[in-house]
Amino acid sequence: MSIDALPPGLLLITAALVLAVLKGAARKVLVLAAPLAVLAVVWSQPEGALLHVSFIGHTLVPVKVDALGRLFATIFLLMAAGGGLFALNQDRPAEVPAAFVYAGGAVGVALAGDLISLFVFWEIMAIASTLVLWSRDDDASRAAASRYVQVHLLGGVVLLAGIAAHVNATGSVAFTAMKPDSFGTWAILIGFLINAGAPPFSAWLPDAYPTATYSGTVFLSAFTTKTAVYVLIRGFPGAEILIPVGLWMVFYGIVYALLENDMRRILAYSIINQVGFMVTGIGIGSEMALNGAAAHAFTHIIYKALLLMAAGSVLYRTGKTKCTDLGGLFQSMPLTTLCGIVGALAISSFPWTSGFVSKSMVSQAAADSHLAWVWFGLTAASAGVFLHAGIKFPWFVFFQKDSGLRPADPPWNMKLAMVIFAALCIGIGLFPGALYALLPHAVDYQPYTAAHVIEMLQLLGFSGLAFFVLLPLMKRTLTITLDTDWLYRRLGPDLVGAIGKAVVNADRALRGRVMTALARLLEGVKATHGRHGLFARDLSSGAMAWTTVAVLGLFLAAFYS
Amino acid sequence: MSGPLEHLPALAVVIPLMTAPVIVALRRPWAGWLLATLVSWASLAMSLLLLQQVLETGPFSYLMGGWAAPWGIEYRVDQLDAFVLVIVSAIASVVSVYARKSVEAEIEPDRQYLFYAMFVLCLCGLLGMAITGDAFNLFVFLEISSLSTYVLVGMGRDRRALTASLRYLILGTVGATFYVIGIGLAYMMTGTLNMADLAQRLPAMAHTSTVRAALAFLVVGIGLKMAAFPLHAWLPNAYTHAPSAAAALLAGTATKVSVYVFLRIVLGVFGATGLLTALPVTQVLMVLALAAMFICSAVAIWQPDLKRALAYSSVAQIGYILLGVALLSETGLAAGIVHLFNHAVMKSALFLALGAVALRVGSTRIDAMRGIGRKMPMTMAAVLVAGLSLIGVPLTVGFVSKWTLVEAALDDGMWPVAVLILASSLLAVAYVWRIVEAAWMAQPGPELAHVREAPTAMLLSIWVLAGASVWFGIDATRTLGVARLAAQTLLQGVAP
Repeated sequence: MSIDALPPGLLLITAALVLAVLKGAARKVLVLAAPLAVLAVVWSQPEGALLHVSFIGHTLVPVKVDALGRLFATIFLLMAAGGGLFALNQDRPAEVPAAFVYAGGAVGVALAGDLISLFVFWEIMAIASTLVLWSRDDDASRAAASRYVQVHLLGGVVLLAGIAAHVNATGSVAFTAMKPDSFGTWAILIGFLINAGAPPFSAWLPDAYPTATYSGTVFLSAFTTKTAVYVLIRGFPGAEILIPVGLWMVFYGIVYALLENDMRRILAYSIINQVGFMVTGIGIGSEMALNGAAAHAFTHIIYKALLLMAAGSVLYRTGKTKCTDLGGLFQSMPLTTLCGIVGALAISSFPWTSGFVSKSMVSQAAADSHLAWVWFGLTAASAGVFLHAGIKFPWFVFFQKDSGLRPADPPWNMKLAMVIFAALCIGIGLFPGALYALLPHAVDYQPYTAAHVIEMLQLLGFSGLAFFVLLPLMKRTLTITLDTDWLYRRLGPDLVGAIGKAVVNADRALRGRVMTALARLLEGVKATHGRHGLFARDLSSGAMAWTTVAVLGLFLAAFYS
Repeated sequence: MSGPLEHLPALAVVIPLMTAPVIVALRRPWAGWLLATLVSWASLAMSLLLLQQVLETGPFSYLMGGWAAPWGIEYRVDQLDAFVLVIVSAIASVVSVYARKSVEAEIEPDRQYLFYAMFVLCLCGLLGMAITGDAFNLFVFLEISSLSTYVLVGMGRDRRALTASLRYLILGTVGATFYVIGIGLAYMMTGTLNMADLAQRLPAMAHTSTVRAALAFLVVGIGLKMAAFPLHAWLPNAYTHAPSAAAALLAGTATKVSVYVFLRIVLGVFGATGLLTALPVTQVLMVLALAAMFICSAVAIWQPDLKRALAYSSVAQIGYILLGVALLSETGLAAGIVHLFNHAVMKSALFLALGAVALRVGSTRIDAMRGIGRKMPMTMAAVLVAGLSLIGVPLTVGFVSKWTLVEAALDDGMWPVAVLILASSLLAVAYVWRIVEAAWMAQPGPELAHVREAPTAMLLSIWVLAGASVWFGIDATRTLGVARLAAQTLLQGVAP
């Protein structure tokens, strides 16, 4: 077996295990070199199935290279490299090795040619990402890691059930496009969607990600949801159910992000929002839409990492994450501010940034497929994105009031990581052809038409205006001060607020009811199975003997009936 | 096979049997340990040779003392027998290496030789049950292994071991009696005790209520010995209070051999009668198996003592095996049989690791183990690996079993059962997570200040089994291959 046939995911995981025992300069060199070396391996591998392994009666294909898989493997490895650079001084010894195992799992998923290999890498990701969370080692992150891993193991069980049923029904383990039309395919789809952060399981993401370290969240933002996007693109292109699911995610993310105060939680909600765009695109299913979903995943990883790096730098320097505690940081952190703004513009699809050239493909695909409502929804949501991520995040963290904090820009490695990712955001925005060339389907799309640029600028302009008009509403989430003087300001904010509240309340009530039912079930189980419950009691010999007689009676009765 | 190897089937049983009195005569703990270890490894070598021969030439017979069956005692070795022989002797070999330090710490010096004598007797009984082709001879070995097991359990560290042992004795005797009653009824109708002979003659008598009663007694009797739900109540206390090395040996072997007896007698001997499909045997078994998987896993979650939690988990795992058997298909049986091996490996690893914790901490209660992961990292890492296997995470043996079992359920169109199998693994997540939480998420308290990593010999044994639960999870071709062959051979005798 030559190096060309080695699974790149496993290569990175091996490097991560070596990393765990290294210290000092050698560790730093490996952190920077390993993802890039694996990236070189990925690009040296020819397309097609490269490796066959026999396992419990099936032939597995752990490495199968094609354009789509390579695109995702590339961005995952770039992300690992950038995240590694950003986390170079991270003093939690377990975090970067765990993050590299996590990235290796993601690369493994992207290149897996069969469902069993995919599942193996999927579970590696679940465990490694839990370790990334856990490595912060405080009470909040441990509790969050505990909840996080439970959701993902549940998702794993659903996925495995689906894979088993699908393999049993078709006789093949190959990972190809499916339709949700049987128990197996439905279970696979649900397993994928749980990792994508789809309802009703969206809450795991904003619950867990913001509890990681300043650099841990950067890694976490990239892999789990985007591998889910990848497997949906490959597994369920054009599954119509994904359109409403995706639209729900788009608006869920916006509403909750607008109400949120923690800067990293705002960005976490916005991951769900952005993945919603991709999921919608996959549901549309045309070549343009799938290209758009893949391209958007690519650009999203970069700008979301950039935003979280900016937030992480603020956290690193100030130890604070709440918007109410921050503000005015542009004076002492100019580079972080600048990079944060670039990220914010990119996530808002500002022309000449990467978000513009990718997200517009999804909207265009909706228009081309004559899905008017989807197009309206996505366009309205674009304005919402600008509100919560494009303006709210930089405004409250870097401008707004003067919090009196004067932290410096972060160390060189963190600055360099941000500058590189910011450059990628603008570079892809200016020269989209390079990204388009990597996409799975041929691209015949020109993002920079005058009409499109003007439309986007208008949209962003008006939503920017709306932000500052609605500023009192925004502030209401920060302080309890009620601003009752200005009638014209109240009407709009209250209306928006009421809709937001209705959505949030409905969502909370539904989940609350499910949680209550689950809690009651658990209590019942504990009462019968707990330490002194019916099934855990010590039986006397007599009671055991009577049980035996009863079972014998049961069998005799069954045999003579 | 000719030459000295010809008598291998007899030697595999006779050598441990003859070693027991020698150990008693020598009365030296170290001599007992050395002999027990040598005998265990010799049995492993012989078992592997037998397995190799079966795989090369197919099943073969050995006539005890040259007396022809059905009058003489026939030893019959097919794939299933050889596989079980390997499981038993492999676990015994690993445990024997481990036992020295553990026994030194847990049993008074003047009784240690007895532990090793009982250890080899138990080994002899278990191997004998697996290799014999005679239903009454099987009972004799069943009693040899059971009696030695009662003594092993009774040697535990505190007085609760005696109660546990007594209850085990009473229930074990009930089970063995049921077995004899069942075999007696069958003998009454056929006049033979040779299994192959019984299997041939029983179909003609299948309509009689005597044969039905025999089947009922046998199912319940063997069910009791293998701790099938709800006949498992003796097991948690016996495993919890037994000496650590004994618990590890029993967890890996005793119930497994009972499952083997179930397969051999209920499927092998009664299979051709058609009663298994005519009567609701498999349906009842399936319900009981599912109940075991959920109820006993749930009980394990809240147990304060980890040995006890693992004992309940063992009952749940027997449920998985029984479920595979109850499907009565090749894949289902293969899943059950391969899980005999897989579960033996991981559960013995866990009990060995807990024995190391008991040695260093003095308790296996979860409260006493807070922060232990930082003090005994190698031991607890093995617990994590074996625990992941218990859950059925890919790349571990647990996954191989789970996948095969799910496949079998789906083959029969029982997708709700497949979902239940996978859902029940979430309960395993819960009880394994508790260990992780206690071991790593808490800081070790002052009472753990003096705690060190386990001795090297113990660590080695623990990691051999923990490593095996990964090794055979990645390369499952051999284990699953033998299990499939065994299932095929077994099913040949079962009437549709």
